[in-house]
Amino acid sequence: MQIPYVTLLGKAVRKIALLRGGGSALPGLFIETIDPDFIKRTLDQLPQGIVIVSGTNGKTTTTKMTVELLESQGLKVFTNRTGSNFTRGVAAALLGEVDKKGNLDADIAVLELDEAHAIQFIKTIPPRYSLLLNVMRDQLDRFGEIDATAKLLTKIAVSTTDTVILNREDPRIVGISSSLKDQKAVYFGLSPKLLTLFPNDDDIHGQPATLAHSTLPAEVILSDLNDDAAQFTIGDHTVTTTLELKGVYNVYNAAAALALARVVVGDTLDETKLIDTLAHVTPAFGRGETLTIDGQPLELVLVKNPSGFRLSLSSFKPAGYQTMIAINDNYADGRDMSWLWDVNFDTLQPGGVSTVSGLRAYDMALRLQYDEVATAHVDTDLAASLQYFIVNGAGLPKRIFCTYTAMLTLRRELAKITDVETIS
Amino acid sequence: MNEKRITILQLYPKDMNIYGDWGNVLVLKRRLEWHGYTPVLIEYNPGDSFPSDIDLVLGGGGQDSGQDTVQKDLLSISANLHDLADSGTPMLMICGLYQMFGKFFKAQDGHIIEGISLLDIETHAGPERLIGNIVTASSEFGDIVGYENHSGQTFLGTNIKPFGRVVKGAGNNGQDDTEGARYKNVIGTYLHGSILPKNPNIADFLIEKAVIKKYGEFTPTVIDDRFAELARNVALKRPR
Repeated sequence: MQIPYVTLLGKAVRKIALLRGGGSALPGLFIETIDPDFIKRTLDQLPQGIVIVSGTNGKTTTTKMTVELLESQGLKVFTNRTGSNFTRGVAAALLGEVDKKGNLDADIAVLELDEAHAIQFIKTIPPRYSLLLNVMRDQLDRFGEIDATAKLLTKIAVSTTDTVILNREDPRIVGISSSLKDQKAVYFGLSPKLLTLFPNDDDIHGQPATLAHSTLPAEVILSDLNDDAAQFTIGDHTVTTTLELKGVYNVYNAAAALALARVVVGDTLDETKLIDTLAHVTPAFGRGETLTIDGQPLELVLVKNPSGFRLSLSSFKPAGYQTMIAINDNYADGRDMSWLWDVNFDTLQPGGVSTVSGLRAYDMALRLQYDEVATAHVDTDLAASLQYFIVNGAGLPKRIFCTYTAMLTLRRELAKITDVETIS
Repeated sequence: MNEKRITILQLYPKDMNIYGDWGNVLVLKRRLEWHGYTPVLIEYNPGDSFPSDIDLVLGGGGQDSGQDTVQKDLLSISANLHDLADSGTPMLMICGLYQMFGKFFKAQDGHIIEGISLLDIETHAGPERLIGNIVTASSEFGDIVGYENHSGQTFLGTNIKPFGRVVKGAGNNGQDDTEGARYKNVIGTYLHGSILPKNPNIADFLIEKAVIKKYGEFTPTVIDDRFAELARNVALKRPR
């Protein structure tokens, strides 16, 4: 088949999949099958190459920030916005963007890829830049051990053709720098006073913090933080800005996105526009995204590993909110429930939890029982539980902590009763 | 107040704490409280002096890198652990420490990492990780549900019983149907998930043995294990 027809057909499959309310996997699979060279051929056109964003926590929000920061500098950016961070998701996203001849109108691609899938991806197309955020315990059933995860990230780093942007406060990420060959390494970091806000995996699990908190020179440092504003040290000066993003970890990842933008744009960078844009970046879907139900806010907070859940509980204070927790154990969520036992739920004790749901609702309820947190309603059926949660919490702000596939179901249910942004 | 203390020794929490092993500690602490006892937790890390008056010992799994740090220290406290085990102290060893309680671990490159031979087992590095939901059956504890994630393949010697027989999953080695090992009141197993929350009868077994050894008798309280029961039922039906 000639290439334009393949592209057209792929676009048609994507449209049908969207109409069915389906995800990005099917059209991606279709194009991968009949045109295996599609991704490489399309992305090779980009004059400024590809950025890969990887690591355990914060990929989606960091990617979103990076895209908006680069756009503020006049670049046209392609990205995989669905959070479907598999090669197939990239193919599906590309199908949405290319014209009928298969041309992509963009200067640069910023792609969120999970560690394991990034390894497949870089075999086809080496990135010009990579941004490696952190290595935390996540989905150990998929990756084995976190040292193995660090090795996957190292492979991404050494396949990078220009610059690798690294988190200098994560010893496993810093360790990657010793494997670099021709790549430049640029760091983002924290001021010493903020270190306790962002424990790395070893800090969390009681390792002596001998390797961490290095004094490596950093391109961008998050130097101060309070409820309303963040201060960044960029090169030799500091800037202070308010942020719409919630969650302390998002603010730290802003330092990562700023560092990346500086590297990509170089001397022509317009810092005023850059910071102004950063101030207005809103959360990625399901990452503290706020919907409105009966005039009250309902926040969706994605949780997928102990460190992320812990940070979410400390960033989103429970007082004044009705809380629901929805835990699934599908492949994309991770099948192993052990991780719930590495999170401390004490902060939920005063108000209790209104609703616990998801395929593993009873595992979650059991976990809360051992932290002596009261649960009002436990039911594995997500739609019914959501109903209960909304009716029972009428007139109050609400927050749902949910795993990835639980979030997809909840967003679909919520779309029936309120405005939910469609992500395609 | 005549509080009845039970002292739990957690082995190597800094290095061997992966996969929610903290859940086992938490469950023992809480259930001891609910049964009317005062739990005291002592963390033991490499180089610490070995504490006395231990009623219950817990150990977890770790990264391969963690195991190297721990192995040398473990050999130095081997006699203490043997004494405790032989006198009937209950112990629960998960994954990495289960392996190191055995005779040896033979790595992929053939070199032998010596264990403390408290359990008559040996472990050989395997070609693939055995990962997924697991259910085993035990005459002592009924169905045991958990999650396994290990590359070592463990084989039982002639003088030791398995902890359970595999119903679903791989178990010790994916070849015979054994899972874990039992010696006196010591349980070695690959199950995490964590194991104790969803198998409260095993938690109560460890508690009962510890309390009887120390105080002569144990009168359990009835604990509401409804969520554990429901979570077990779900776990039994989930895909590998």
